[in-house]
Amino acid sequence: MSGSALSIRNLDKAYTRGKPVLRDISLEVGTTGITAIIGPSGTGKSTLIRCVNRLVEPSGGEIHFQGQDLVKLDHKGLRLARRQIGMVFQEYNLVERLTVMENLLCGRLGYVSPWKAWLRKYPQADIERAFSLLDTVGLAGFANQRADSLSGGQRQRVGIARAIMQEPKLLLADEPTSSLDPKTSVEIMDLISGVCRSNGIPVMINMHDVELAKRFADRIIGMSDGKVVYDGSPAGLDDAMLKTIYGGEGWLQ
Amino acid sequence: MTGRAFTRSPLTTAAWLALAAYVVYACSRLEFTWARFMTGLDNGARFIARMLPPHIAQPDTLLKGLTESLEIAVLASFLGIVISLPIGLFAARNLMPVWVTWPARALIALCRSFHPVIVAILFVKAVGFGALAGILSLSVASVGFIGKLFAEAIEEISLKQVEAVRATGAPFMSLIGYGVLPQVFSRFIGFGTYQLDSNLRNSTMVGIVGAGGIGGTLFAAFQRFDYDFVCAILLCIIGMIMVGEVLATWVRGVFLERGRVDGE
Repeated sequence: MSGSALSIRNLDKAYTRGKPVLRDISLEVGTTGITAIIGPSGTGKSTLIRCVNRLVEPSGGEIHFQGQDLVKLDHKGLRLARRQIGMVFQEYNLVERLTVMENLLCGRLGYVSPWKAWLRKYPQADIERAFSLLDTVGLAGFANQRADSLSGGQRQRVGIARAIMQEPKLLLADEPTSSLDPKTSVEIMDLISGVCRSNGIPVMINMHDVELAKRFADRIIGMSDGKVVYDGSPAGLDDAMLKTIYGGEGWLQ
Repeated sequence: MTGRAFTRSPLTTAAWLALAAYVVYACSRLEFTWARFMTGLDNGARFIARMLPPHIAQPDTLLKGLTESLEIAVLASFLGIVISLPIGLFAARNLMPVWVTWPARALIALCRSFHPVIVAILFVKAVGFGALAGILSLSVASVGFIGKLFAEAIEEISLKQVEAVRATGAPFMSLIGYGVLPQVFSRFIGFGTYQLDSNLRNSTMVGIVGAGGIGGTLFAAFQRFDYDFVCAILLCIIGMIMVGEVLATWVRGVFLERGRVDGE
């Protein structure tokens, strides 16, 4: 399976036995570009994303990443694999009482020893990279502000910078714009797409805004009832297909 | 049809009646009567008259007792906090598996089950008279109290922040340092200074059972009917508690300066 950053095979997940949330999902994520996952609420988009870095434990199947099956990894192996997978969250999930700089350096925690991390002794290269990333996401000068003093859009910028600090081989984004206003949403999507293209990081992203997904994604995966029902280009996503994914049609008018 | 907006269950009425009946019964059993109170007041007036004016009969003993109490309080708070940090973490059910939380919670419950004076009596018997027994007994009390509060504070944190740090591949100790501690640090400082305050008060008491501090001096003065010296000691204790209050406020100020902006 060359040419894919992530390869999910026959993934199953059931939180309670007999009520599967994900059913036999198989898909490949290429080494570049944005793959957007759309679908109605409760269809398992978030579960799928979280199964990749095992914030949610899969019930069955394989997830191949960097030549290993993530599902089979032990505690240590999983920790090392997670270092290479960045994640951006819907509610930003910044450590509120830490500064912006400390939040960015959280992205390096997998690489520095706990002792040095507690003493805030990071390699100079990490610190310089953090400052330059703050520039990139438009938050230069915010390094020493506490995260809880930022607006939603600013917090998500910090969230993105934190993920990029990991120098990930894959970026997962779980509804990164769902808590933001429409204008900020576009700005955040612009940022994700720009940063990831320039760093060559493939993105797997959950979205509930179909228009935004069509505008930014290179490929769209439509999920319904725990299964993949559409996998193709944004252009191929017509009304009939949307009807299949979301059901009903009144909302399409 | 008219409906009743508020209904009272007969069970509630019965419970109130039972409580009232018990209060009357207990009062009669313990001679808790007005006449008894009036004779008591008489006695109290004589007592207060003998206390005034306060007189420092043994300044050296007083000073030694006070400094010893202060030392007991500070050392016990320090030991108690240092020990309860890991125990509180182990007892937090949202971060630790059951086989870790269960023993930690049992230990905390054990430390909490006895009043410091009872623990002090045990330690006096075990390690002998003096400040060591006081320090140990107040440390035990501190572990019980702060350990429980630490655990509860950790159980109330936002797991989203922890999840984000975990997703970066952070090792466990870094996860604690970055995902957990920042969320609870200011509350820990609050608990710690509160415990210092409480230990300061308790350290004046453990001396009564021979565990060091001003309590021993106070008790001896009581037994010699030196009520004017008792009064002087009590005033000094009040002074020490107030100084302790100022000290605690200062400690909070130093540590929480960075975290003054709370919430949004």
